[in-house]
Amino acid sequence: MSESNTPNTTPTAVAADAVRILYCRCAYAQVVPPAVKDAVLAGLADAGRGFEMVPDLCEMAARRDPHLAELARGTGPLRIAACWPRAVQGLFVLADAPLPQQGVEILNMRTDTAETVLAGMLAAPEGSAS
Amino acid sequence: MIATPLLPPRVVVYEGAGATPLPSGDRAGIFASLLDRGYAVTRAGTGAADQLAGGAMIVIGCFPEGPPAVADASGQCEVAVRDVTGLSVGETIAVVEEARGTRRMNRPPDAAAAANGPVANTVDTWKPWFPVIDTARCTNCMQCLSFCLFDVYGVAGDQTLRVENPSNCKVNCPACSRVCPEVAIMFPKYHAGPIDGGPVADADVHREKMKVDISALLGGDIYAKLRERSADAKSRFSKERSADQALAERRRCLTKLADAAQIPREVLDALPSPEEIQRRVEAAAARAAAAKEAASGGSA
Repeated sequence: MSESNTPNTTPTAVAADAVRILYCRCAYAQVVPPAVKDAVLAGLADAGRGFEMVPDLCEMAARRDPHLAELARGTGPLRIAACWPRAVQGLFVLADAPLPQQGVEILNMRTDTAETVLAGMLAAPEGSAS
Repeated sequence: MIATPLLPPRVVVYEGAGATPLPSGDRAGIFASLLDRGYAVTRAGTGAADQLAGGAMIVIGCFPEGPPAVADASGQCEVAVRDVTGLSVGETIAVVEEARGTRRMNRPPDAAAAANGPVANTVDTWKPWFPVIDTARCTNCMQCLSFCLFDVYGVAGDQTLRVENPSNCKVNCPACSRVCPEVAIMFPKYHAGPIDGGPVADADVHREKMKVDISALLGGDIYAKLRERSADAKSRFSKERSADQALAERRRCLTKLADAAQIPREVLDALPSPEEIQRRVEAAAARAAAAKEAASGGSA
């Protein structure tokens, strides 16, 4: 956001080395344990940083939502809290927005604990001083 | 052919300069409620997306001096700004819904059922169930394209397999994944691996290769079997003059097929006539053969 009190329409420009965060709610199915996805969302919300949330990557991929292409081609590392990496990568391909080979980390809320997913999502990027 | 082709509005939750933070106890609840209603949400700040892609955007925040005037310089994005100071989670959601107006969007069925008033008429409830291809495993053998009767699959310009019409897929039917010899077809909302996208073990590949030809499993060509069953049912119907009996017979006859391929009964019940099945099978087979021929020609 700009420093004025007027939001511009590109409010989320980030530094090139910033990690981008994407959270998928998997809202159309019950395959991700609700307790895990709620805890991960709460942890991200309390982390004090910007991030992207989508209701359902499957639904967006089926619509070939251009937002997925933005995410795939954006600058900087991308961390995705969703489900199986193979499925997530396939969804981006289906949306004509294949994820880059490097710089993308997919954390699996179907199988991992909320603590594990949050730790991965919020970890300092490789090579950073912090 | 998605029921709602329009981009749904994106909600931007703004807590930066000029705004006070949302109550910390409400923030995650607001996010969850918006997501469960089908909205994509951006919490503005470092770590979010680089830019927005057209469509509509609803900015919410607690603005002590009132909501600022915002205009999109590019003219590609409709922007609405709402002050949610002092509002509960439910009231905040209501503000967003009001700002959405009559713009249509897809929504999970449970949330759609809970909607009432004008909102209920502006939501679709398509469940995103469709195959996803693991391109690292797919060999473009086109067996799935030949198998599917509903035109879900197509062929891309480079003659590779493509999921062309996701919304044509029959919800909860993973049958095409059963004919893939490479375990390359995933249904991310399936309940178990490897169809859900989980790791593929050697045993999975072996199992799929063993039953790659479901027709062998059933003692003949799968569509021939369908045609035979359907013809039998039709014959009985013509003799018995009982639609209920004919339907019951059709269901009984297809039990083995449904169990073997995990095809939901409602999908089998909704199959077209034997003649139409034959026509679709031939059309799909021709498309698959053309794609394979073009690919082999291109690589020669």
